[in-house]
Amino acid sequence: MTPMVIAEEVHKSYGSNHVLRGISLEVARGEVMCLVGPSGSGKSTFLRCINHLEKINSGRISVDGTLIGYREHGEKLYELKPREAAAQRSGIGMVFQKFNLFPHLTALQNVTAGMIRVQGINQSDAEVEGKKLLARVGLAEKLEHYPAHLSGGQQQRVAIARSLAMKPKLMLFDEPTSALDPELVGEVLDVMKELASTGMTMIVVTHEMGFAREVADSMVFMDGGVVVEAGKPTEILSNPQHDRTKSFLSKVL
Amino acid sequence: MPSTKHEPIKAVPLRHPVRWAVALFLALSTVAFIVDAAHRSAYDWSAFGKYLFDPRVTKAAGVTLALTGLSMLIAIVLGVALAIMRRSPNPIFRTVSWVFIWGFRGTPVYVQLVFWGLLSTIYHSFFIGIPDIHFHNFYLGFHQAISQNASLFWIAVLGLSLNEAAYMAEIVRAGLLSVDNGQEEAATSLGMSWWATMRYIVIPQAMRIIIPPTGNEIVSMLKTTSLVTAVPLVTDLYARTRDISAETYNPVPLLLVASAWYLFFTTLLMVVQYFVEKRFARGHTALLEANV
Repeated sequence: MTPMVIAEEVHKSYGSNHVLRGISLEVARGEVMCLVGPSGSGKSTFLRCINHLEKINSGRISVDGTLIGYREHGEKLYELKPREAAAQRSGIGMVFQKFNLFPHLTALQNVTAGMIRVQGINQSDAEVEGKKLLARVGLAEKLEHYPAHLSGGQQQRVAIARSLAMKPKLMLFDEPTSALDPELVGEVLDVMKELASTGMTMIVVTHEMGFAREVADSMVFMDGGVVVEAGKPTEILSNPQHDRTKSFLSKVL
Repeated sequence: MPSTKHEPIKAVPLRHPVRWAVALFLALSTVAFIVDAAHRSAYDWSAFGKYLFDPRVTKAAGVTLALTGLSMLIAIVLGVALAIMRRSPNPIFRTVSWVFIWGFRGTPVYVQLVFWGLLSTIYHSFFIGIPDIHFHNFYLGFHQAISQNASLFWIAVLGLSLNEAAYMAEIVRAGLLSVDNGQEEAATSLGMSWWATMRYIVIPQAMRIIIPPTGNEIVSMLKTTSLVTAVPLVTDLYARTRDISAETYNPVPLLLVASAWYLFFTTLLMVVQYFVEKRFARGHTALLEANV
């Protein structure tokens, strides 16, 4: 089977700031990959490139065998129409550091928004599905709450349910617990663990080494826009090969 | 004395003698002004009472209200469209919007109203199509003569709404800018189209910022309608009361009549605005309460 995600020589710069300097990696179906590295190493940028929130300058990214953002015809690449790019994104879930819940909508409305506005599912069916998803993340009691009335951990769990509502084949997590109070981190990681156990392919940018050790199938250490080291989390965490990996881990562990 | 800690504090409240003195002075001055005004002959309160509900005046108040309502309705729709065009990914939309705002915000509304009043003398007909190609008087295109008698009321609505649209566009734009970028990103990553993102995510949140200045614009528009005399439309509240006073040689009571009607409408608007603002603060008021 083809891998879920294939990135080949991905470069991305903002003006003269060369953020990604040739990232190549593969994520197998059902694999949970943790992306770790110091801030500014390009982890989040890479994640945003995977669902085309950012355009890459060179290289290729494909998800589920389909090139992201472009259509290849012969030797040429053609930019996708907005509608086609949106369809690609709807199959890729994204969870943000700052949750980005829609503050004017209740928890349930946040979860059903994509189903109703993107997939065209009618409201009552979407609500049935939305209630199931919120129950799955442990928030069956909070359906009618606005985000401002939820704790950070609860908000992030709603955000995960909102992404799952689109039935994604791949989930991207951009530092999902970094904005949380320490005592709320566990509840979000538990939801992610449960998700991983169902066979969801996940790429997680995180500083939670415990989560990486326990749940991840692979770990990639990035620094300065390149992949420095990749392998099994236990190997990298206990026996890092590169000096940069060693010095980073000595600071976070 | 740890036991006293839990008793409610009983302290003498801070006194505000200066506040009381100023309040008393203002209250007395107001009473003095009212008593004086009630007897001052120039105000001619009997004429005020006579003309307040004069059918000509109530009809003119209706015209002013209609001008305000229609112009604002068009201005809001057009303003939202212009603001969205300003941040569209399409450069044609962005440019058209910028030029429109530049022109209509950059010239006085009075001048614009005079201009629209003269439209029919500048352009005699309206034509879309290929000029000079016609078969037996049948033009290849759409042809419409501009009537010399085009309704002055609609010309006034046109002039007021196009000018106001430029201001509304800036208000809406500020509202759109107030919505966090993460909202657009979250909606986009769900696969929402740019338009759905605007319609269901960004605009509803921007409304909270847009409504207070829009209420202000409606109040302002209500009074700007008094400039339609430039078109020249003379059926609105101010022009009508001025015409009546020209006959009676008694301008002050009619100014008061006009003011009373303007005040009545603005007061109504303030009440409506209060309820609309409450409606669009959903989620946000929750935020404020939660942060307390």
